[in-house]
Amino acid sequence: MSWFEKLIPEKIKTEASKKRSIPEGLWTKCDACNQILYRAELERSIGVCPKCDHHSRIGARRRLESFLDEEPRMELAADVEPIDILKFRDSKKYKDRITQSQKNTGEKDALVVMMGQVNAIPLVAMAFEFRFMGGSMGSVVGERFVQAANASLEYNIPLVCFSASGGARMQEALFSLMQMAKTSAVLAKLRERGIPFVSVLTDPTMGGVSASLAMLGDVNIAEPKALIGFAGPRVIQQTVRETLPVGFQRSEFLVEHGAVDFIADRRDMRDRVSSLLAILTARPSHSDQISIPLVPNEASN
Amino acid sequence: MNLNYLEFEQPIAEMEAKIEELRNVGSDNDINISEELARLEEKCTSMTESIFSKLTPWQVSQLARHPLRPYTLDYIEHMFSDFEELHGDRMFADDAAIVGGVARLDGRPVMVIGHQKGRDTKEKVRRNFGMPRPEGYRKAQRLMEMAERFKMPVLTFIDTPGAYPGVDAEERGQSEAIARNLRVMSDLKTPIICTVIGEGGSGGALAVGVGDQVSMLQYSTYSVISPEGCASILWKSADKAEEAAAAMGITSNRLKELGLIDEVIDEPLGAAHRNLEMMAYTLKLSIKKALAEFDEMELEQLIERRYQRLMGYGNFKSE
Repeated sequence: MSWFEKLIPEKIKTEASKKRSIPEGLWTKCDACNQILYRAELERSIGVCPKCDHHSRIGARRRLESFLDEEPRMELAADVEPIDILKFRDSKKYKDRITQSQKNTGEKDALVVMMGQVNAIPLVAMAFEFRFMGGSMGSVVGERFVQAANASLEYNIPLVCFSASGGARMQEALFSLMQMAKTSAVLAKLRERGIPFVSVLTDPTMGGVSASLAMLGDVNIAEPKALIGFAGPRVIQQTVRETLPVGFQRSEFLVEHGAVDFIADRRDMRDRVSSLLAILTARPSHSDQISIPLVPNEASN
Repeated sequence: MNLNYLEFEQPIAEMEAKIEELRNVGSDNDINISEELARLEEKCTSMTESIFSKLTPWQVSQLARHPLRPYTLDYIEHMFSDFEELHGDRMFADDAAIVGGVARLDGRPVMVIGHQKGRDTKEKVRRNFGMPRPEGYRKAQRLMEMAERFKMPVLTFIDTPGAYPGVDAEERGQSEAIARNLRVMSDLKTPIICTVIGEGGSGGALAVGVGDQVSMLQYSTYSVISPEGCASILWKSADKAEEAAAAMGITSNRLKELGLIDEVIDEPLGAAHRNLEMMAYTLKLSIKKALAEFDEMELEQLIERRYQRLMGYGNFKSE
């Protein structure tokens, strides 16, 4: 305490000693390297620190916006909304948690689906909204995922998913566990039909999401240093009672152990994924690509 | 206190001890105590009935993990013949937390796969408390695909606290192993019948739990996370496990009500471990009935039915 703080009376001090946070505005700070960054610049680099390349978490809409071509874009399955049939209640009612998350994020649930193009390749892309109850997978996420995959099947176009999730949504109990089976089953259909599914694992992808849709990509891509795994590090630590290896469950660890194909910088994601999809769907390289209109596939249901 | 009885079962344990004592006295003397014995036995039965008629979800979850609860190999011994255990995932190791192999169900070839817990300390450790590593799931997948090739139905028995949360399991791709099983089971071209016989713990259970019929023994549980885990995350205290168990709805009757499982298989009075023969017999009847139903279907129809069941999971509103 400084001599000045000692001098001023209690009442005034409480106001003054409140931790001052940097006001929302022009400047922001990188969580990893603590460098002060110009907000507009961070925005331009899609949340990647220009100084240390730290990939901060970004919202689902920002993600899709940065990934997809500007036109055309159409949101899918937006009408699928959560309900609480179990009347689940822990320290808070599930119903209230939903309302709160909807207010905070502007989303109805934790997955946003869009049909669009990336470098002129038509596809269905979706992204998890981590700020919506930790991106947890409940009935709505499962259903939206299935509707996204069905659109892929209908139009015979690739499916791309950016996951960011703590796992299954406990408030939906066994219903959420069953979403693992549901999403995996629809991916079996894509596989059978030879439609590519690219899974991009971002920080964090854990539990029931990692142990279902996120690990089932024809190609699994990770963002740098993302936490990816089945059991959380804390649970593992409590079980094995030894210190975990450095870099445990980070993207680089997963590449080393053969669980993901490669790590891609977010700023290169559009180009690398579109190039990959062009190869998998036997299209010419995207530099000489022309836009092909979407036509429903008659062979599908 | 008898360690082979749960806390709420202690009155039953005491009563049974009394009956046993009286029986010993009876054999030593000429006094006719058969009337008294019969009276006590009747009392014991009605007490057991009364205790078991109002079990809380938490008590059921204790029963599901009862130290005497029959495990997969117990059922295999009592339900099948010609069981030949098949080991290993052909890639890394054999995981003793999952057992599997070919067998005959009243003569009919079947593939049996299930989690396996250990009875004594040494065995518990060897079986890793029924918590599989990736090689366990990959063994299961290998056996399921083999069943498909040789046109055998797959019968799975679920009894695990969950997939093993360990460094080695993560290194070898626990998530991928579980995810792949979910996908493979969703369109495996042979009937799959799954029964939760004890603890249905989360993804580790579901990884052998996708099928054409999913049943639960009356006092088994099935949940997205253990009551303790749920309590420590949502209530910030593992002591609230009892509340968490109630909130999640983990019992067979509740899950049947919610349409998440197909059948509740009644257990003998006092739960499966009090009469393994009878339990195995009832379970066998249930499985044979389901198999007979699936035999009537074209394979394609069966797979489509399975797919539509999976697509039907979930509650949401939409326009």
